[in-house]
Amino acid sequence: MTLVKCLVWDLDNTLWQGTLLEDGDVRLPDEVRAVIVELDSRGILQSVASKNDHDLAWKKLEELGVAEYFLVPRIGWGRKSDAVMGIARDLQFALSTVAFVDDTPTERAEVNYHAPEVRCYTEQDVLSLIGLPEFSPEVVTVDARRRREMYRANALRTEEQESFDGPDEDFLRSLDLVMEIRRADDDDLSRVEELTLRTSQMNATGVHYPDRVLRGLLADPAHEVLTITLTDRFGPHGAVGVLLLERHPGVWRLKLLATSCRVVAFGAGTVLLNWLVDQAAQAGVHLAADFRPTDRNRMMEIAYRFAGFTQDPCVCLAGIGDPAGGDVQCLHLVTARREGPATMRLLSPDLTVATSI
Amino acid sequence: MTDRTTTLTAEDLEKELAAYLSEKTKTEVGPADDVFASGLVSSMFAMQLVVHLESTYDVAIIGPELKIDNFRTAQVMAALVLRLSDEAGDA
Ligand SMILES: [Zn+2]
Repeated sequence: MTLVKCLVWDLDNTLWQGTLLEDGDVRLPDEVRAVIVELDSRGILQSVASKNDHDLAWKKLEELGVAEYFLVPRIGWGRKSDAVMGIARDLQFALSTVAFVDDTPTERAEVNYHAPEVRCYTEQDVLSLIGLPEFSPEVVTVDARRRREMYRANALRTEEQESFDGPDEDFLRSLDLVMEIRRADDDDLSRVEELTLRTSQMNATGVHYPDRVLRGLLADPAHEVLTITLTDRFGPHGAVGVLLLERHPGVWRLKLLATSCRVVAFGAGTVLLNWLVDQAAQAGVHLAADFRPTDRNRMMEIAYRFAGFTQDPCVCLAGIGDPAGGDVQCLHLVTARREGPATMRLLSPDLTVATSI
Repeated sequence: MTDRTTTLTAEDLEKELAAYLSEKTKTEVGPADDVFASGLVSSMFAMQLVVHLESTYDVAIIGPELKIDNFRTAQVMAALVLRLSDEAGDA
């Protein structure tokens, strides 16, 4: 069952009762309002595809107090399939994760014809949507509930970047980025659950650690489980990374480093890696990193290699045991102090002092 | 080895790569300028750089060759491309 990530609403006689341009006034039942709010709290984004007068319809959504729930609305006189596909494109969702609800059979048929992957629902389904499995993610993370705000902030960011005329680093500096690295607790781990799933795109180590294994290591003094969040002046990016480190006498072993693909462009992976190298240097230890090349993590291999990691042997590696699996490489670095990032502010714990349990 | 790299001299390559770096960083970059020392490039750019060299000059840059010293200037990048396409040609 593929979860729905975005629900696109028709307005007249679907979201609200009545036809705006004919009846002048329309009514939004409390039950429908509750569905909108509930879907939002589950991290499912919502948008609008309506054949209507744009300004009038949007003003009505504002009056009804629900306009803020709808991203990249398409209100006009074009084809609904174009509207739905345009919304999916804007939000960068596959059509198979988009749903469409409309009371008019011909509109549903038109969308179905041009975009068969989009799941269509009728006005009679509206109140039961929240009971359907495709609208019921198993875990609702803190970030899921803030996803709408993050998408909105992202749209503003993209707009500004496109109009920014200068080196990328200057643009990054203009964002007032703040990265926070913390020793994780149970709540923090829930927030990075999407990153620890097997499908995570930017798992730098290419080695999978299930959520329950990470939870089991929270209290283990030999391991550090760290989570990373990022914010900028447009708002939160949310939880964007998770890192698992194992302490040995002469070396720290990086067993997991997964970062969200949302923040690759901000150089988050490199900032993180640099910070870790500096911490290890202060602690007087080398760094080892498990690395399994996949078709998706080449950027991190480049980040490791550009940071100076090699596959050269070192005495420190004798005591750390075998890598996690047969095709996992062990990348190694003799650490030296590094300067902090030039493009963002960093809030971080002092790893040279182990936590006392 | 591609026809393209056989006809390119080291000097041509250096010029081409310096022009590419200048365009990408929106700063004038000479053949011997260290783009990493000046803080001009981000990690994202490192990736773009590797992919650019691989796709434009039909070479594969893997493992130990990915070290930063192979990418600091247009000159060393040109040398890397020529060496890798020579090795591929000999193989
Ligand atoms: Zn070592």
